[in-house]
Parts: sequence; structure tokens; C-alpha cells
Amino acid sequence: MKVLLKGGRVIDPSAGRDGEFDVLIDEGRVALIDRDLPRDGCEVFELKKGWIVAPGLIDIHVHLREPGQEHKETIASGAAAAVAGGFTALACMPNTEPVNDHAGITQFILKKAAEANLARVYPIGAVSLGSKGEQLAELGEQKSAGCVAFSDDGKPVATALLMRRALEYAGMLGMPIVDHCEDPSLKADGVAHEGFYASALGLRGIPGVAESLMVERDVSLAELTGAHVHICHMSARQSLRAVRAGKERGVRVTCEVAPHHFILTDEALDGPIKYDTNLKMNPPLREGADRDAMLEGIADGTVDVIATDHAPHHADEKMVEFDRAPFGITGLETAVPLVFDRLVHAGRIGVVRAIELLSTNPARVLNLPGGSLADGSPADVVVIDPERRTTVDVARQQSKSKNTPFQGWDLRGAVAFTLVGGRVVHRLNS
Amino acid sequence: MPEVMDADRMSRALTRIAHEILERNRGLHELALVGIRTRGVPIARRLARALKEINGEDVPTGALDITLYRDDLMRTAVGPQPVIRRTEIPFSIDDRKILLVDDVLYTGRTIRAALDALIDFGRPRAIQLVVLVDRGHRELPIKADYVGKNVPTSLRESVQVRLQEIDRIDEVVIESIDQPGSAEVKS
Amino acid sequence: MNVDAPVTETPVTAGIKELKSRHLLGIAGLEAAEISLILDTAEAMKEIGNRAIKKVPALRGRTVVNLFFEPSTRTRTSFEIAEKRLSADTLSIATATSSVTKGESLIDTVRNIEAMSPDMIVMRHASSGAPHLLTRIGRAAVINAGDGMHEHPTQALLDAFTIREHKGRLAGLKVAIVGDLLHSRVLRSNVLLLRTMGADVCLCGPATLMPPAVGRFGVSTTSSIDEAVEGADVVMMLRIQQERMHGHFIPSLREYFALFGLTPERLRRARADVIVMHPGPMNRGVEIDSEVADGPYSVILEQVSNGVAVRMAVLYLLAGRDSAEPIDA
Repeated sequence: MKVLLKGGRVIDPSAGRDGEFDVLIDEGRVALIDRDLPRDGCEVFELKKGWIVAPGLIDIHVHLREPGQEHKETIASGAAAAVAGGFTALACMPNTEPVNDHAGITQFILKKAAEANLARVYPIGAVSLGSKGEQLAELGEQKSAGCVAFSDDGKPVATALLMRRALEYAGMLGMPIVDHCEDPSLKADGVAHEGFYASALGLRGIPGVAESLMVERDVSLAELTGAHVHICHMSARQSLRAVRAGKERGVRVTCEVAPHHFILTDEALDGPIKYDTNLKMNPPLREGADRDAMLEGIADGTVDVIATDHAPHHADEKMVEFDRAPFGITGLETAVPLVFDRLVHAGRIGVVRAIELLSTNPARVLNLPGGSLADGSPADVVVIDPERRTTVDVARQQSKSKNTPFQGWDLRGAVAFTLVGGRVVHRLNS
Repeated sequence: MPEVMDADRMSRALTRIAHEILERNRGLHELALVGIRTRGVPIARRLARALKEINGEDVPTGALDITLYRDDLMRTAVGPQPVIRRTEIPFSIDDRKILLVDDVLYTGRTIRAALDALIDFGRPRAIQLVVLVDRGHRELPIKADYVGKNVPTSLRESVQVRLQEIDRIDEVVIESIDQPGSAEVKS
Repeated sequence: MNVDAPVTETPVTAGIKELKSRHLLGIAGLEAAEISLILDTAEAMKEIGNRAIKKVPALRGRTVVNLFFEPSTRTRTSFEIAEKRLSADTLSIATATSSVTKGESLIDTVRNIEAMSPDMIVMRHASSGAPHLLTRIGRAAVINAGDGMHEHPTQALLDAFTIREHKGRLAGLKVAIVGDLLHSRVLRSNVLLLRTMGADVCLCGPATLMPPAVGRFGVSTTSSIDEAVEGADVVMMLRIQQERMHGHFIPSLREYFALFGLTPERLRRARADVIVMHPGPMNRGVEIDSEVADGPYSVILEQVSNGVAVRMAVLYLLAGRDSAEPIDA
């Protein structure tokens, strides 16, 4: 079975490739990338000029909610949302119910993902049992079952000692610790960024330092142990400074930023809908200087990955008082339009850097297959129309949950096709 | 804008009414004046002055805001709430004869509201009504005891009473409703 | 009334006869002219409380529900009296006895109440923004009786009414506000109102209890109560709660009083005609000395009685608006 993607601009940063090429896919693998490939015997996709052909995007921070909270999202609906967003693979966080802290749950997740047969799913296992921060989980067993990294996401790895041991142990297994950086005592019962807007609206604040303090801890411990720490959903400028300084010293630290943190600020809380719980997430939307720092880090290479922290919540759960609403917004299906409209078209980064952030680097950071169009690799491919204007419409999204602040936004850049293993799993309706 | 009463006529009408009040009530004993805001108040004061000149006694005088008793309150879907002003009745109205004073008597609804308000203040022995102008078109069974002048009007007209104390001129004029600046409040 | 005295009609607020919004969610968004309208209307309402029959039929047939998710005797009874004086039918729901304790969500609680078609809902809630949510899920007009740490607009209005009664104006006055500023909704509403009306506001409290980004509130700040009270026209004291010792805000109530308590000695630094205010309930000997609270400069009890008049004014002005407006998105 041969598939030919003809006439697009092929961008594969891992191979240094950027140009007009045809891509031949055979038996689900990338067979050949060259110019003027013959059409015969192939299912041909004639791509429009300027359309981008890139290695399938990989979102390394996704909450799939299954097992335990299937009313928000299931592995199947999450995988469908992923491919609709151009993601051929995703890594899912362990804060399900029960927490994914042992092999059986990882096996369950992989089974469900295989049944859905859409995006590839790579589970991230818990660092500690129940993510309670007391007892190290069986990281070796979890790795054997298929986990690609470890995290207690939703919370930070509880103590410096536990983080140290986890880094050492996971380092032994060649795996990173992925940390949700936040000092619990400074975060306390905060619900929004500590700044003018939370203050005026009477919302308890979370200072940026709550995040950066923990980032600094983790960078120091990664330095001590020589292991790899990956910083989740970075939002504060102080965190960026700590990561940059660590990298300069040769520490094995990587970091990710979510689209809402480089687009929105806490000023959005003062919008036409006051106390809109679709603006409530952790870490919160911060002030302009933090958003600008994230943009700076994205442009200058300090930021390795754009990951969405896709956090679906049911409408009933979000339609409550701001204090009581759960943290989080969806992200899989808005990432590409936001990255293209607000970074690429805004002139902040080029398309090549965008693909690096969304595909090449996520694969590298978690050591995942994919993120490249190397010959013989599985044909996980995304085709993006960078000029296509769409309006974000939750009613037409695949995710079960509709909690996004971007509803109604007009954005330039959309996914035209998504292929997993050479099979078209998503196609944009014209 | 035909002028129905000039300053002179208004003054003579009030003097005449003062005499009528004294005659009918056989003196000022237990009488009090309550002017209905806004223009009933200066008229009540002038009456008090006239009564004092004739009779030598002070007549207690108060001001009543009937906004909160209007029957069209909260009903008109269009337009803002009428502004409320203070009611000042610094004496007990129990067992007194109250002379309610207003500038124009029209549908009678203002007087109905004033009666409700007064009865919330106490139990007067009697209430009599003084108006400077009666323009007809009653919608309720209300009649004035003392009238400055009867002015027949059509529904397309309005009667404007202007007073020195508020408008810097004394006059009563009829305006056609179609004219600008002739906003009508049915009283 | 002296018949020869010149006419002094109560001044009509220039140019504005109604409030712009059908809800009162906060002082934020109110213009100076709207604030003046409420205060002027309250003056007329105050007189009703001096009559033998303290009732007018203005809101006859209207239903007002008082939905109090936080315990409150003072504010709730103040609203109840205001509603009854306007002849409204009132219903008070204090949630300790309601289905909310059984886990019913705000949205379901409100929908059940809405099924009885109230014209207005007066709500107090522990979460900032709860009244705003209410406007999105219900049809009734909403009056915020205090939401979390956010606003308590009728308190600020009655405070302004009290100040205006004594000082004749708000513009140009020096107002010192002392206490737990961080957690206070009364503070936020008062700062907004006083700034809108042109007063100078000085906030005083421990550094641990200063609101973040307070510099953008348009006020001056100090942690010295002597400095704050110096030359003040109005000194407003806010509650400091016992629980602030958890969370390390203050070491003890004793030290708080030593550093920030309003004593007669400290009060001497203010202007000779200063007025001392407190939204209540007071912690005697913690934020304010009893001698000051009961002293000649205190207008604390007047604040309470003015509360009824101000709330009557708010109910009257909102009830008259067209209630067929569409629900906010």
C-alpha cells in the first residue's frame, strides 16, 4: 500500500531538511523523500503550495483521564482529539483514578490506546505510590510495562530527598523525571497569579516564585545527580532564568511551555466574562513580563518543547465558583492554530522552529520514537495548511470536554491531514 | 403658548383661597398645610404667608414627596425611575385638618398617592385639597375644595405652572404636547 | 418649617436618573454620578425610618430572596428590613439549613430558587465572583452582599453616606483605612468608591496583609498607624481575625493591637472633627480601643442605621429597571 504526499514543503529539523519534496510512504513507513516522485501505484495526496509536511506532532503533556474520570475524557476520545490537532503521539500523565503507579495500569492504558488505533500513547508513570510523595514507586517495573518517564504531575515531587533519589534511580534506567514545579506552602490555596488582577478581583494569589523556587531545586538536584529533569508547563520568568542558568552550566534540564502561557496574561481575568473558570489553570496565567519571557525563551532556544497540558474537565465541574473550579483547559485541538497564528505569523519564530518545538524536541526530550521523517521510520506525518483561517469551535472538537478560553478565536493555521503509520486518521473538512 | 394666569392673577387667586380657607374652617385652629413636591411646596408656603397676614397666626407647613406611592411606579417599562426627594413633615398630623396643596389637578392620581402617604403618617381629622389650577380629565373620583382657576384643556395640551421660587417667574401657561420641552407627567 | 426661609430643594443629581446595570455586583463599574444617585436616593429613604409607619408601597408585589451562604446577622437583617420597608415580599435562605449542605451546587440552588420567580436575589458568598456567576445562570437581578475577598458594595455605599452626612462631601477628604487589608472586601469596595469620588486614601496595615500590587489601587500606603491617622478626616478600622495567626500573617493579636490598634492617643493625631468608622463586627481591644469605639468621634452605630436607607435606595433603583433584559452571556 503506497501513499504519496505530493507538492508540500517538507520540514524535518532532525534531518536538517526544509524544501519542496514529495514523500513516499510504503507499508506504513517513510520510504523515500525526493522531488518529482512518480504517482503510479500510489494513493496520491496533492498538496497545495506552501502546505507543510512534517513529522507527526508529539504532545508530551496530556491528561487522558482514563481510568477513573471518563466523563471528562477517555483514552479513545483523547487520542481522537490528538490526531485532530495534528498530534500522532502523546504522553499521558499518571494522575488518573487510580494513579498510574504500577504496571497493570500502564498495560490497561496501552490496551485502550491500541483499541482506539489513532494517536500513539506513551504513559508517564508516577514517581511515588499514589503520587503521595512518600514511597518511591516501582520505576523499573513501570518502565518494562511501557512508561517513558516519571512524574507526580498535579503535584511536585514532594521532597528534595525524594526528588534526588528519583533522579538517581530513573537516571539509572535512562529515564527523565518530569516535574510539576510548585512550592506547596507558597501556592497554598491560591487560584490565580499573585498580581494586580487577582488582588483587585479578590482571588488568592500564587506568586511566580512558587514555581521558580521548585525549578531551582530541581535544577540543582539534576546537577547533583547528573540525571535529566524536565520542567512541566513553565510559566514564570524566574523559572526561565533558572533553566537558562542550569543549561549554561551543563545541567541536563529541559522545559516545556503551554500555548496559553505564551499568549494570555492575568489581564484576561478582567475580561467581559468576569471570573471565567476557563481562565483557571495551574500554573496560572501570569503577568505580561512572564508571558514575554516565555516568548523570549521560545525564540532563543531555552524552551525545548511546546506541550499543551491538555486538561479536560466536564462543563458541570467548571460551571461553579472560581475558587471551587478544577484547574485546567483543553489544548490538543487548539495548539497548531495558536502556534502558527501567534508565533509563526506573528514573526516570533520560523516554521522550522515551530516543528522543532512540537515534534522534534518532544521526541528527543522523552526519547520517543518519532519526531522525524527518517527513511524506514513509521510514517507518522502531519500536513499543515499554514494559511487556512479557522474559528475555534468547541462544538466541532473531538475532545469530550469544552473547557477552553479560545472559543471563537479566529486563527490562521490548521491541520490538513494527520497520518499515523501511513494511515490517514484525520482530515480537515473543507 | 397662551398665558392663562400672570403673576398678579396668581397672587390674587391665592389671597382669595386663603380667605375661603378661613371662612370654611372658621379660623386656623388645628390646620396644617402640606405641599406636594415639587411645585405644591412653594404654593403652600405662600398660602401660609397669606393666612398669617390675614389672621396673624403661623400655620405649620410641610412638604410631601409622593414618588414611592405612585401607581405607575415600576410599571412603565420604558424610562428611568423618578427621582425621590425628602418628605419633611415636622409636626404630627394626627387630629389635624390637613390642607393638601398642589399646582395642577388633572387625573387625580397624584392626590390619591398623597392621601395614601398622609395616612401612613398618621390619622388626620380631615383632608382638604387646594390646587392652583384644575384642568379637568379626572380618572379617579377626586375633587378639589379650593381652586385658583378652572382651565379647560384638551388631552393634547399640558398646563405648566411656573413659580418665582423655582422657575424665576410666576405664570401659568398652556402648552401643546407636540412642542419640544412640554414633557408631561400626569397628575 | 419657617415659611419665610428661602427654598432649598434637595439637589437633583445632575443628568442621571437611573443606574446603568441591572445588577449591583460591585463598586467597580459604577460612575461617580451613579454613586451620587444612590446616596441622594438614600437620603430620601432615611426619612422613612423616622416615621411612625415605616413603610412605603414602592416594591409591593416584588419578591426578593436573600441568599446568604455565609453567616451574617447584621447585613442580612439590614436587607430584610430595607425590603420590608419597601413592601417587598422577602425570603431569607441561610444555607446552614438548606440543601446546600447536602452538596447541592450553586447552580442547582439558584435554579430551584429561580423557579419561584424572584425579582431580585441578594447574595452573600464565600467565593469571590459568585454573584457574577449568578448573573450568568439566573434571570433575577443580583445584589452582591459580599463575595469572598472581592467586594461589599452596599457597605461602601453606606460608609460613603455616613461620611457625606458628617462632612458634606467626599472629594478631597483624607481617609485612612487600617486593618487586614488583604482579605477585606470592604476595603476593595471602599477604595474604589472613595477614589471615584475624589477622596485621598491611605491604607495602613502589616506588610503581610497588604494586597499585592496595591500601588496600582491609587492609594498611599504605610505600616505606621501614626502616619496614617495624621490629619485624617476619616479613620476606618477593619477587622483583624484570630485565624490570621495561622498562615503567619501576624504573630499575635496582642502585638497587632500594640502596632496597629486605634487608641485615643493615636486618634489625637487626626483632625479635630475626625470621624471613626468600622463595618463591624468589632474586636474591641484588637483593632480598636473600646474608648474610641464608644467615644464621641465614633459613628459606628450610625453606619448600621444608614445601612437600611442605603439598601432601600439600591433595591428601589434596581427594581425599577426593565426586568425583561436578556441574561448576560
